[in-house]
Amino acid sequence: MTSTVIVGSSVGGVRTAQALRSEGYDGEVVLVGEESELPYDKPPLSKGLLAGTATADSVRLLTQDAADRAGIRLLLGHRATRVDVAANLVELQGHDPLRYDHLVVATGARARPSPWGERPGIHVVRVLRDAQLLRQDLLDGGHVVVVGAGFIGAEVASTARLLDLEVTLVDPLPVPMSRVLNPEVGGWFVDLHRRHGVRSIFGVGVEAIDGELGDFTVRLTDGSELAAAVVVVGIGAEPNDGWLRSSGLVVDNGLVCDQYCRAVDADNVFGVGDVARWFHPGYGAEMRVEHWTNAVDQAVCVAHNIAHPDDLRVYAPVEYVWSDQHDWKVQVVGRTSGTTEHVVVGDPAEDNRFAVLYTRDGTTLSGAAVVNWPRALIGCRRALRDGSRLAQVHDALTAQASKVQE
Amino acid sequence: MAVVKADLEACQGYANCVVGAEDYFDIDDDGVVVLLRAEVSESDRGRVEEAARSCPVSALLVEDQ
Ligand SMILES: Cc1cc2nc3c(=O)[nH]c(=O)nc-3n(C[C@H](O)[C@H](O)[C@H](O)COP(=O)(O)OP(=O)(O)OC[C@H]3O[C@@H](n4cnc5c(N)ncnc54)[C@H](O)[C@@H]3O)c2cc1C
Ligand code: SF4
Repeated sequence: MTSTVIVGSSVGGVRTAQALRSEGYDGEVVLVGEESELPYDKPPLSKGLLAGTATADSVRLLTQDAADRAGIRLLLGHRATRVDVAANLVELQGHDPLRYDHLVVATGARARPSPWGERPGIHVVRVLRDAQLLRQDLLDGGHVVVVGAGFIGAEVASTARLLDLEVTLVDPLPVPMSRVLNPEVGGWFVDLHRRHGVRSIFGVGVEAIDGELGDFTVRLTDGSELAAAVVVVGIGAEPNDGWLRSSGLVVDNGLVCDQYCRAVDADNVFGVGDVARWFHPGYGAEMRVEHWTNAVDQAVCVAHNIAHPDDLRVYAPVEYVWSDQHDWKVQVVGRTSGTTEHVVVGDPAEDNRFAVLYTRDGTTLSGAAVVNWPRALIGCRRALRDGSRLAQVHDALTAQASKVQE
Repeated sequence: MAVVKADLEACQGYANCVVGAEDYFDIDDDGVVVLLRAEVSESDRGRVEEAARSCPVSALLVEDQ
């Protein structure tokens, strides 16, 4: 029997395993994971799980039962340490090597560690245990300092406010979201945090963190100091590609793959999710995306390409990410960075619901940021797929906005 | 025959399902999923299952009737 071994038991790995079955693959499917936990989902870790509205059980991606029914063999608690590409073998810690016909690398990413020391009370948020430990410390109360105002930092700050804690958000950029969404829109996020009682210190970095849990001093680059009970460091992620280094596979800030998501020099090895750097044929460039929907869509594409090698599909998605911050459900599609040209439909301050439409060439819609407006989001996702003109989308959304207001 | 079911309370309007299978899912003005049809033919099943699994809050389920 042919065998597909999937390494990485989070959303990318789990969805690949499930999609293989939906695609009619009848070989063996083995899902290997370093963590002994049953697979769980990550987005709730900075939201519901931290707030206490979700539990470890409610964020499971797969149960043993569901795995059995789908014919997925779970091999959890074993870290993959090496691939022997010539012999089609994956070596595991504490287990015999596995032979594969197809190998799927879905080892994701890890939080960039705190450069200011790692000890109790200084948190990153990446795995379930991280979120559980942080929640315990948050429940003890006290001032929370969050370093990094990207998506995860902003979400942790907003969840901490929900728990009624005093929160300070620190970021070296003067307007944190400005690189992705441009300065004007980034400014609205700064206002959003302020409206919800988060104190923000932007344009200033962290020099050092002294002290211990319950009694930290965060020293800033402008010489000022903040007292903190708990510190959360949200300064980005790094791909888990180190275990591939000795394999001869091309690794360059992620496993380098072609437009079919196959490793460039081993066409029975595939990359999925946060760890994959693949060639996006629509953009003519290599990309690595750390978003949930990308992991799921790429999983489906890879499963298809394994099950139907005579009908290879290219992977050319429109990027999509959501983030929940305070009373904003933020959704970003397509390409919003690298351009300053944008139009806004709706008023961020007035109705708490708006869409920002971006263009790179001055005519076609290239991306959109939508807040609290699901129908506008669908319109934008369709328009991006179809290559619609910005003016056309703008008219449609303006008409929709007035219709909803009536 | 399989059917698709939606948990309207859980749905958060992310619209991944609509992008995955436009002929089965839409979203109403309040941002809640609308099932355009419930019965899933055998030939559509894989595609609709994949669309259902693209829901970030697991609000959709394809099951045998
Ligand atoms: C707190 C948080 C909130 C997020 N919120 C959002 C959001 O709101 N919206 C959004 O779009 N995205 C969000 N994301 C991003 C999204 O969760 C990721 O893009 C997604 O989890 C990527 O899935 P993955 O399977 O590729 O990788 P990962 O989720 O990183 O999983 C990789 C798995 O591989 C395992 N592994 C690693 N190395 C090995 C090895 N050598 N051997 C065996 N197993 C190994 C790991 O233990 C892990 O289980 C969030 C992420 C985090 C951390
Ligand atoms: S993907 Fe899920 S949350 Fe999003 S609209 Fe569909 S059912 Fe609702």
